[in-house]
Amino acid sequence: MKVAKPALLRSVFALALGAGISLAGAAAQAGGTLVVGMTAGDLPITTGNPDQGFEGYRFVGYNLYDSLALWDLSKSAADKASEIKPGLAAEWHVDEGNDKRWIFKLRTGVKWHDGCDFTAADVVWNFTHSKDPQAPEFDPGQLAQATVYLANAVHASKIDEHTVAFDTTVPDSLFPYELSYWLLISPCRAKEVKYNWTEYALRPSGTGPYRFDSAAPHQRMELVPNRDYWDKARVPKQDRLVLVPMPEASTRTAALLAGQVNWIEAPSPDAIDRLKSAGMQIVTNPYPHNWTYQLNFVNGPFTDKRVRQAANYALSRADMKELLNGLMLEGNSTLPPSTPYYGHPKIYEYDPSKAKQLLTAARCLPCKVTFAISTSGSGQMQPLPMNELVKSQMDAAGFEVKLEPMDWNALIAVAREGVDKHPQYNAINVSRQTQDPFNALIRHVWTPQWAPKGANWGHYSNPEMDKLITAIFAEFDTQKRLKLLTQLNESMNEEAVMIFVAHDVNPRALSPKVHGFVQAQSWFQDLTPVSVEP
Amino acid sequence: MIRYVLRRILYAIPIAFGVSVVCFSLVYIAPGDPLQTVMPPDATAETIAIVKHAYGFDKPLPVQFLIWLGRVVTGDFGMSIATRRPVFLEVSEALANTALLAMFAVPLAFFTGYVMGAVAGSFAGRWVDRVVTGAAVVGVSLPNYWLGIVLVIVFAVEYMLLPATGMGPNGSTAFNLLQWSNVQFLILPVVTLAMIPIGILARTTRAAVAEVRNQDFVQTLRAKGLSEWAVTRHVLKNAMPQVLAVMGLQFGYLLGGSILVETVFTWPGSGFLLSKAIINRDVPVLQGTILALSLVFVATNFVVDLLQSPIDPRIRRA
Repeated sequence: MKVAKPALLRSVFALALGAGISLAGAAAQAGGTLVVGMTAGDLPITTGNPDQGFEGYRFVGYNLYDSLALWDLSKSAADKASEIKPGLAAEWHVDEGNDKRWIFKLRTGVKWHDGCDFTAADVVWNFTHSKDPQAPEFDPGQLAQATVYLANAVHASKIDEHTVAFDTTVPDSLFPYELSYWLLISPCRAKEVKYNWTEYALRPSGTGPYRFDSAAPHQRMELVPNRDYWDKARVPKQDRLVLVPMPEASTRTAALLAGQVNWIEAPSPDAIDRLKSAGMQIVTNPYPHNWTYQLNFVNGPFTDKRVRQAANYALSRADMKELLNGLMLEGNSTLPPSTPYYGHPKIYEYDPSKAKQLLTAARCLPCKVTFAISTSGSGQMQPLPMNELVKSQMDAAGFEVKLEPMDWNALIAVAREGVDKHPQYNAINVSRQTQDPFNALIRHVWTPQWAPKGANWGHYSNPEMDKLITAIFAEFDTQKRLKLLTQLNESMNEEAVMIFVAHDVNPRALSPKVHGFVQAQSWFQDLTPVSVEP
Repeated sequence: MIRYVLRRILYAIPIAFGVSVVCFSLVYIAPGDPLQTVMPPDATAETIAIVKHAYGFDKPLPVQFLIWLGRVVTGDFGMSIATRRPVFLEVSEALANTALLAMFAVPLAFFTGYVMGAVAGSFAGRWVDRVVTGAAVVGVSLPNYWLGIVLVIVFAVEYMLLPATGMGPNGSTAFNLLQWSNVQFLILPVVTLAMIPIGILARTTRAAVAEVRNQDFVQTLRAKGLSEWAVTRHVLKNAMPQVLAVMGLQFGYLLGGSILVETVFTWPGSGFLLSKAIINRDVPVLQGTILALSLVFVATNFVVDLLQSPIDPRIRRA
């Protein structure tokens, strides 16, 4: 929306408020301070693995803390999907005599923000902190956040001062990926506050590139550079990082244009032109995200592969891209094409007549289906208009789609509880991260992952895929495993295990005064190279 | 009078209890999980069971309610699931931030609305009345979230005269009413918040004044030779009880915080807290906030009832 700027009116306001008034924008643009408007509804927790989805990890988790394996978010890796690299562990390998035991060699000379040395005992302490309800350091909040990533780990033990071993329930070649989401906190600080996690939240101590400085509850958190960070290349260039939760997209946009923040996450597509005209940088890059429908394989039309394929043929993803002002990649698979194990999956090009033929052959015309969708939510992009477009396209191809909107929390409950508890839905529209092989592929189709135990909402089961997944877990050679993963992705497309629609491109808008940011193909981003002009 | 006050205070107890039962039940009727905030979307059933046990959400609902009620009567509202801060602290800080908005919005709304209504009622049927009534209708009809966004676009984005969002440059903990750099954050949310009460009060006052002006005693006053100003004073005083009742409701509305206005301006008040608690299913915060807001309404109505008596001696409190 463009508003006229009569000079007289502007002068009157300026006079009325006086020359000495500091304008809103000026206050927020102190030199070297990066002020980020997050989409999160609240400040992420600081006691280890954060809440507020992966945005919490992006801005608080990986800035205060490190994991044994970190994600490579560097400039050199920006043209490919992000991969893990050594973090607090300098190297790792599976035990030669026991494929259910991983050995991690820790980095030496690392210190916690509180000055204590980082050792193997700290890793073992963190394990019981997250997993063992009997341990004095146990934190139920962290059990909730971290256990998902430690599902296969049963025991952690110290081998020497800088070596730890993890025992897993089954051979797990993907275990280092799982540990990349497990953030380690300082036992020294926890003991100092007597395991009072409310107190710890106000004085968190990690090994990350930023130290906690202050927070106004629900409003802003301020982090400052950790000048002693062990990775000298990642000592933050800005003087201060301020994080402000702003769940409303219009509020974020206004705050950026008014100069109150100099970085916003996820501007709405219709604000892009306005932001560009104000000189803002719009940064995008593919990243491991999918916007799909997970299907009901227990009852209803989607138990028939032809109906699943028909739904995929019914969609014009180009129209969807136009709806989003170009801010998406056309989704033809569970994975974005830049994923190393994308392969050559069967592509369902827009073909409504073929969709109708398949529905006729499946004797489902009109094919009545009900989708559970959300009105908003993490990673859900623009759920209402996108779902309306999907409905209109599918209806035109012979479906009769009924959308049942609910709030994000309610949809998550439906997704967690699984198809058995919610058989009335033929599909759910829950966006997923596809950052690592397990989260990208396995959890959606593996029989042991049937909800509520895991994320296989619709109870898909295919003995051949299960066999392939077992082989993936048991394959410790990276290249050979890559081939198996590629095979799995191609099979999932052939089976049309989802209705593939879009991959987000993670748009963010930056003030022209912000320099040095390179967007990685990841949910996480490295803010350390960023500087801000005064 | 003292007996009346005591009786009203006693009435507030079952009201608060009823509200607490209703709000506790409503929270659980709504779909979703109270532990959603602390669990990632892919949490397994086993993890959920352990965490539910740790937070006490595995107990039957009536037991949970009685535990909660037992704590509340001793002043312990529990801990927020999302932030792990005491709910009492969360709610009291939010109420204080909302009260700050109300402190400015109430006089702005009451004074403007009352003056507009009094002028319109005094000139009922004339062009002044039509202009003021039209403006009041606009005030009532404008959705305040829309108005807030428009004000932000004009004054924060285009003219950069006022900040777009937040409570001070460094948040509420460092907010200083004596510094313009802080006070300027109040202006847009206060104006937005006051707009609807201005419209409602203007319309109510206009109707009350116009009605009183048609009563016989006004003719009598004029016949006795009182000046028009003196007549108007009598009219306004007689219209006051009706206006005061509406002011009481609007005061409760302003003090209760507006979810929409506080969300648009990211103002960390009770409405903002409530909306976050709803989205996160942060049950302890939700229960604490609803209970506190209901007590605010009960107290406001009580004070209005007490004030009506001295203003209008015809109303007697036994």
